[in-house]
Amino acid sequence: MAGIRDKVAIIGMGCSKFGERWDMSPDDLMLESYTEALEDAGIAQDDIQMAWLGVFFDEQNVGKSAIPLSQALRLPNIPVTRVENLCATGTEALRGAVYAVAAGACDVALALGVEKLKDTGYGGLPERTKGTFEDLWQPNSTAPGSFAQLASAYAAKHGIEMDDLKRAMAHVSWKSHQNGSKNPKAHLQNQVEMDKILNAPMVSFPLGLFDCCGVSDGSAAAIVATPEKAKELGIDNPVMVKAMQLAASNGVEMAHNSWDGSYTMTTRMAASRAYEEAGITDPVKEISMTEVHDCFSITELVVMEDLQLSKEGEAPKDILDGKFDADGDVPCQIDGGLKCFGHPIGASGLRMAYEVYTQINGRAGDRQLKDPTMGLTHNLGGIPNRNVCSVSILGRLEQ
Amino acid sequence: MSDVGITAYGAYLPKRRLSRAAIAAANAWMNPALKGMGRGTKSMCNWDEDALTMAVEAARDCLTGLDRTQVSQISFASTTHPFADRHNAGVIRAALTLSEDVRSSDAGGSQRAGTSGLIQALDGATQGPSLFLAADHRKTKPGSALEMQNGDGAAALLLGTENVIATYLGGASLARDLVDHYRDANAEYDYALEERWIRDMGYDQIVPEAVGKALAATGVSADEVDHFIMPATQRNLAAREAKKSGINPDTVRDNLAANVGEAGTAHAVLMLAHALQEAEPGQIIMVVGFGQGADVLLFRTTEALKSLPARSGVAGALARGVEDHNYPRFLSFNGLLDYEWGIRAERDNRTAQSTFYRKRDAVTSFMGGKCTQCGTVQFPKTAICVNPNCGARDTQEDFPFADMAAEVKTFTEDNLAYSPNPPLQYGNVAFEEGGNVYMDLTDFDAGTISVGSPLKMVFRIKDFDDKRGFRRYFWKAAPAELKKET
Repeated sequence: MAGIRDKVAIIGMGCSKFGERWDMSPDDLMLESYTEALEDAGIAQDDIQMAWLGVFFDEQNVGKSAIPLSQALRLPNIPVTRVENLCATGTEALRGAVYAVAAGACDVALALGVEKLKDTGYGGLPERTKGTFEDLWQPNSTAPGSFAQLASAYAAKHGIEMDDLKRAMAHVSWKSHQNGSKNPKAHLQNQVEMDKILNAPMVSFPLGLFDCCGVSDGSAAAIVATPEKAKELGIDNPVMVKAMQLAASNGVEMAHNSWDGSYTMTTRMAASRAYEEAGITDPVKEISMTEVHDCFSITELVVMEDLQLSKEGEAPKDILDGKFDADGDVPCQIDGGLKCFGHPIGASGLRMAYEVYTQINGRAGDRQLKDPTMGLTHNLGGIPNRNVCSVSILGRLEQ
Repeated sequence: MSDVGITAYGAYLPKRRLSRAAIAAANAWMNPALKGMGRGTKSMCNWDEDALTMAVEAARDCLTGLDRTQVSQISFASTTHPFADRHNAGVIRAALTLSEDVRSSDAGGSQRAGTSGLIQALDGATQGPSLFLAADHRKTKPGSALEMQNGDGAAALLLGTENVIATYLGGASLARDLVDHYRDANAEYDYALEERWIRDMGYDQIVPEAVGKALAATGVSADEVDHFIMPATQRNLAAREAKKSGINPDTVRDNLAANVGEAGTAHAVLMLAHALQEAEPGQIIMVVGFGQGADVLLFRTTEALKSLPARSGVAGALARGVEDHNYPRFLSFNGLLDYEWGIRAERDNRTAQSTFYRKRDAVTSFMGGKCTQCGTVQFPKTAICVNPNCGARDTQEDFPFADMAAEVKTFTEDNLAYSPNPPLQYGNVAFEEGGNVYMDLTDFDAGTISVGSPLKMVFRIKDFDDKRGFRRYFWKAAPAELKKET
C-alpha cells in the first residue's frame, strides 16, 4: 500500500510560549513560532513555496481564510490554504504541507497553527453552534461535559468504582503537571498534589477542575521538505514523517448502538492504519513517546487502550503503575500535554509534533528522554460520539 | 339526549411541588398573613415546561392504549398559551403525531375556557373523536395570595360517541360580567378582587342559578349528583354552593388545593379527570366552571369506565410529586429573579425556521427512521442507513421515538454548561428497539443518574430565544419510573 512513510522530512520547527498571552495578538504568536522554525531550518523566507494555516475558531480574532498567515508573515503571495478540523486542525495543517511535498508540488512547505482563545471572554472554550438542525435537538453541551461521559460508560463497562477510576484519572493530570513543570514554554508549570486534584471542584461529573486541560493562546510551526532538500541543508538523519492518518466519524457512534460510549472509535481506526503505514507491529516496544489528546484526563486514559498501549480495561492500572510517566515504558505528554502545555486548538497538533521533533533531536533540556527514536501524536477533535482523530508518527530516517 | 360523551381522560402535573411554608418563610416579612397560608405544596413547572408541554403530556396520558389515528379534532384551552399568535394546538398536534387533517383550535380569553371550551368540544365530538386539552402556567407576583394558591397542571379529555365512559347529559351556561379577577392583555399577573364580595355577589348568586338551570335542562335532580366539581380557592366555598343548590355537600370533590393548587383553565377539567378515575359506573358528575358567569355540565358514567386501558391520571400525577423547598429557584424559573448566569447564557438561540420546517417531523414529532433493508432504527432519519454493515440508500421509513422505552448509555451532570436549573444533564440514550440519541435529560435529581437508568421521553422546551421572543421544543429523556404508575 502506498503511504507517506519516509517521503517527507521535518527540517525546522518552532513553538511559541503557550498561556494567557494578553499582550500578544495572533500575528505576534504566529511570528514567534515561525521565526523559531525558520531559524531552526536555516533557510530564508523565500525558500518556502507553499503554506498551510490551521485555525479553529475563525470567528475569534484570527479570522477566516489564508490571509491572516500570509499577511502576518508578509509571505510573497505564495499559495496559502487555511484548514479547520476541530482539535485536529494543527495536524491537518501539517498534513497539507506534508502531502504537498510528497506529491512533488513543492520542495519546502510551511505548516502553522495558531489560536487566540483568551480574547473570547470565556473561561473555557467559547459557545459555538452545531449547525441549524442540530441546535434544534442536541444538548448545549460543553467540552468537559461531552468527554466526562467516557468515564461514566468506561466505569460501567469495566465494573470499576468511580472513585477508583478518578484516582487513575488524577494520576494522568498529576503526571502532566510533573512534566509541565520542566517545560519553560508550558502554560502551567506548577506541580500539583494528588489530594488537590482529587478534591478539586466538579466541572462536569465526574471531571473536576484538574481533569481539564488549559485554555491557552499559542502558535506552533513546522517546515517540511523533501529528503533531498534536507540533505542539501546538511541534515544527515532527519526526523521523517512515518505516518499521518485521520479517521472521521460518520455518525455511527451518535446514532447506532454498536458503540458503547466507553472508547473513541476513530482513534482505534486511525491508530491501526498509522501503525501499518509506519510499519509498526508492537507499539509499546517501538514507540518511544506519545503526545496524545489529553483535553481531559479520561480522554488520555481511554486513548491509551485505543492506541493499543494498554490492554482493554487495563489503562487505569497501567497509569497508576507509572507506565506512561516520564520514567515509564511509554512516556506520555513529556512536555505537559494539553493539560499543562496548554491547548490553543489550531496549534496543538503542531505543538505535539514539535515535542516529538525536539525530543528526537535531543534538545528537550530538563525533560529530555533517553534516546527516543519514534514518537506518536494524537488529536481528537469533537466529542467522543462524533469526532475527527489524527494519529501521526514521526521518527528518524535511520532508526 | 345525545350519546356524545367522554371516552378517555388524562392528566399531567409537573414533578416539583413547591412548599408553601418555604414561600411563607421568604415573604412573611412583607405580608405576615402569608404565614397562615403556608401549608401543603403547589405544583410548579420545571424551567423547560409550559402550558403547551404539559398539555402534550396530559394528552399522551389520555391516549394511552387508544388508537390516536382516529382523533379528528383537537382543542387547547389556556390563558397562558406560550404563543399569543402561533397555532399552539398545531404544535401539540405534531407532538402527538396526530393527522394533519385534524381540525385544531386554541381556546382562551378566560379561565372559563376550561368548561366553555369543553362544551364546544363536546358539541363538535358528534362529528368524530375530539381531544380537549386544558393547561395553565400562570405567573404570580411574589408575596401574593395567588402565588400561594395557584399551581401548574394540565388535563385532557377524549370526547366522542364510541366507548363513552361518561355520557354528556347537557347543562347550562350563564354569562354575567362580575369582575372577580382579570388580566389585561398586556399584563403579566392576574388582578384579584375582594374575596367576600366575590363570594356573596359572585358565587352565591351565579352558581345556584346556573346549577338550577342545568338540572332543569337535563332532568337530573340535585340529590342524584354523586360528584360535585367546582374549583374555588376559598375554603369551604364549594360545599357552601352545593348546599345552596340543594346538592349534598358530601359529594364535593377534593379541589387538590393541598398539593396541586388552582390550575386555572385546567382546574375543572383536572378535577373531572380525577373524578372519572375514582367514579363507579352509573354515577352523576356535575362540573361547575365559574368566572364572569358560569358553565355547568352534567355527566353520567357508564360501564365502559371499567374497560378503559389503565393510565396514570391524576392519581399517578399526584403520586410522583416531589416536595421542593427552593423558593428562589421557583422565582427564577418564572422569570421573577434576574440571576447572573454568566457568559454562556448569552448564546444566541435563533431558530432557523426554514430548517425547523424541513425537519419538523424529527423535532416536534421525534420521528426517526427504520431501514427497510436491515431493520436498524435510527435518529435522525437520513438518506443513508447508519448501520455500518448496511449503508443502504433511501430505505428508511418513519419510525416514532416518542413512546419508545430507553436507557442511559452515557451521561454527565455539567456545571460549566448553561442551564436554568444546573447542572445541565445530558447523555447518549439507547432506545429499546434500536437507535442512540444524544440528548438532554430532565427531571432527574442531581446525583441520581446512572448508566442503565430507565428513561421515558417527554416533550419540553429546548431553548428560549429571548432576543426574538421565541421558544423551541424538543424531546428530553426523563426518569421512566415517573410515569410507570397506573
